Amino acid sequence: MTTTTAETTVTRGSVGTPHTRVEGPEKVTGTARYAGDIPYADLAYGWLVLSTVARGRIRSVEAEPVLRMPGVLGVLHHGNAPHLESDYVGLLGVRPDPASVVFQHDRVPHAGWPVALVVAETSEQAREAAETLVVHYEEEPHDVAFHAGHPAAYAYDAPHAPAEATKGDVEAELGASALVVDEEYSTPEEHHNPMEPHAATARWDGGRLEVVDSNQGSMWVANELARLFSLDPSSVRVRSEHVGGGFGCKGVRAHQVSAVMAATVLQRPVRVVLTRRQMFSLVGYRSPTTQRVRLGADADGRLRALEHLSLNPTSTVFEFVEPGASVARVMYDADAHHTVNRLVPLDVPTPTWMRAPGEAPGSFALESALDELAEKSGIDPIALRVRNEPRIGPLSGLPFSSRNLLACFQEGARRFGWADRDPRPGLRRDGRWLLGTGTAGAFFPSGAAPSTAAVTAQADGTFTVRITAADIGTGARTALCLVAADALQVAPDRVRVRIGDSDFGQAFIAGGSMGTRSWSWAVTAAARDLRERLALDGDIPPEGITARSDTAEAIGALAAKERHSFGAQFAEVAVDVTTGEVRVRRMLGIFAAGRIVNPLTARSQLVGGMTWGISMALHEEAIRDAASGGLVGADFAGYHIATHADVPTIEADWVDDTDPDDPVGIKGVGEIGIVGAAAAIANAVWHATGVRHRSLPIRPDRVLLAGTGASGA
Amino acid sequence: MAPSTSSGVTLNINGEKYTLSVDHRTTLLDALRERLDLTGTKKGCDQGQCGACTVLLDGRRVVSCLQFAVAAEGREITTIEGVADGDRLHPVQQAFLDLDGYQCGYCTPGQICSAVAMLQEHAAGWPSAVTEDVRPEAGPPPLTTDEIRERMSGNLCRCAAYVSIVDAVAKAATPLEGEAVA
Repeated sequence: MTTTTAETTVTRGSVGTPHTRVEGPEKVTGTARYAGDIPYADLAYGWLVLSTVARGRIRSVEAEPVLRMPGVLGVLHHGNAPHLESDYVGLLGVRPDPASVVFQHDRVPHAGWPVALVVAETSEQAREAAETLVVHYEEEPHDVAFHAGHPAAYAYDAPHAPAEATKGDVEAELGASALVVDEEYSTPEEHHNPMEPHAATARWDGGRLEVVDSNQGSMWVANELARLFSLDPSSVRVRSEHVGGGFGCKGVRAHQVSAVMAATVLQRPVRVVLTRRQMFSLVGYRSPTTQRVRLGADADGRLRALEHLSLNPTSTVFEFVEPGASVARVMYDADAHHTVNRLVPLDVPTPTWMRAPGEAPGSFALESALDELAEKSGIDPIALRVRNEPRIGPLSGLPFSSRNLLACFQEGARRFGWADRDPRPGLRRDGRWLLGTGTAGAFFPSGAAPSTAAVTAQADGTFTVRITAADIGTGARTALCLVAADALQVAPDRVRVRIGDSDFGQAFIAGGSMGTRSWSWAVTAAARDLRERLALDGDIPPEGITARSDTAEAIGALAAKERHSFGAQFAEVAVDVTTGEVRVRRMLGIFAAGRIVNPLTARSQLVGGMTWGISMALHEEAIRDAASGGLVGADFAGYHIATHADVPTIEADWVDDTDPDDPVGIKGVGEIGIVGAAAAIANAVWHATGVRHRSLPIRPDRVLLAGTGASGA
Repeated sequence: MAPSTSSGVTLNINGEKYTLSVDHRTTLLDALRERLDLTGTKKGCDQGQCGACTVLLDGRRVVSCLQFAVAAEGREITTIEGVADGDRLHPVQQAFLDLDGYQCGYCTPGQICSAVAMLQEHAAGWPSAVTEDVRPEAGPPPLTTDEIRERMSGNLCRCAAYVSIVDAVAKAATPLEGEAVA
């Protein structure tokens, strides 16, 4: 036995100081094993076959010729697939995406619907067989054309976002306003595109289903697989140690479900990896939006009326709302306030959460409209926001846990040099470039969800944390190491953090900017408990001493408040009106996002989010072809994301904003970086050219057609 | 007799010889990953658009998803597993680690292989689309951040670690400056 507890007490905490990633050496040497990297004996390869029609029925799947091809082991389709149970609500409070409940019927509700899985000895054989498989369809007319005013639109109450929120009389207040902004904005269909395609390997091992996966929550996926296949939850184990990006699309998808199905039927390990093209129709996406914002203000800029209406398409088989109109419910108050999120079902794949769902497109419209009001009123955009800063939740009436938006604007303005800005548009030139600057506000909800954790003290003086967390590139593994070290009052090199294994118990997912906060809470609780026990008795038996936590009660006891992170975005752009090219020259984001656990990785996340803002403002746009119902150019050549040459110097920093109601003071940094970023860029494009761009992305052809100085775009 | 659909090849990877029989359709990427357990090289798109599968072929960067394994026989192949000098990280690897030049890490092997070759291309005087003086006698242009960004643009990073990657490449380039080009 070893006595270890009292000997080391670090005086300086680890949280708040920069630390390189604990798994960094593995990631830079190629030894980190992602889901598709783990070797299996006797592995078979599954390749999904997707529908080529956008609506109709499968008349037949001609499996026989394919089964005779070399190496082919089986073809699963609606005619022979095992039954799946899909009538349930999962851990996240939503039903499974019907596209993940594979091969249960002959209906095809959208292009790229999974219709079969071909399994073969090698991936080459599986791919060729899948491409050879003939599927006959009975095609029906489809409607994929999304536009404002679609007759099938309806208001939709999401689980945590009521469709409509209202106070006061918008029409009356607009009528009494000295200044009115009334504009429509649109954002396109956008796709997550994590660099690592979805991959899962399923196998049965001694009566237990083992799935090695790439996901944002292994307990979440394990629980849903148990529901789908009617298994005892304890007989399903899902592991996901390294995840090559997620952004909202790595949940329960056709790859895991079809791999489990094939492994069950064939009784051997089966791996299914999605192709990049398949990801464009199988894993969700950010739906396009059309939004209308009406602002009415007194001459001094004080808002009398604020109305934000948002419409997005969903599939015909699942209701998913992109709640763009909800942004105004937190950001700004007005005497009359009206926000509505509406849906229109079309014959398209089901959209899903994508980094800052609702806030990203909603903030583009609202923060652009605020800039338009600043222009009309002659008030500086930051001063306008100061004038409309609410003291309590504009609709809830609840206090803010903390609201440091103005501190962000103040610090950002100082560092960006905002005070020297001439507000007039179209005046600055650098050779062929017109220059402009813009700003926008940002917020993202700060939440925590119940999680469990276990912390073990080992006899050798080290500690092991076990929690079903996911590090999808956020740096969560490293952050939890620092958090545990501080709670244990030891140096972080004595703490090992194990994550991504559903056997570690229930924990929240990497999502909603809630992962690190939720997990840190659980880790802190277990670690503090362990430290107290060790203080009573320092002798550690060979098997170690383990303390466990469950934060459900503590989180349930949190007082109702408006709990959010805030931020101020600044951008400088250069616009060549003869080519239509827009270049972002620099960006600055200042955030009030709780206590920052690891400045090195937190900064990476914030800068990454802001870069997504560049990508959203200038590049990303999935084009849906009305004739086929599918996407045009569903790959990285047809769907542009920002690359090195598009991304200038970007600075992200923060103001002190420790959350007093969180044991570590965390709020979350995963999503707020993108919020407002596209609006700041669009507002800068106006400042450069004198033209408003209300449709994203701000493509060269749009800039060319809009020219300079004319109104509207 | 049916035509053969596979061949025996010997691949020279990271200084070691691997002899195997490959399906003619097998890409170098799949041979590395599925046959030789060299899974550091990643598949991001399988169609030459993302750069995640970048390896060095005779010292030059290529996307291994667009190379057939059978066509790589006789070439010197360097993958991410062969970039470090034993336990000593390559300066590019060390700089990625120190400056957080990644997030999820999936594009990282490709970024690092690409950067290693890119620094050699630059040192050899190859111009890029943003090089002002492209005369052969002009020599290597200053390795500005714009040069690095332009030359690294074939490697996508969806986490968007670009700012840190450029910093890392610039830092790694500093000790290489002045070294003789092989």
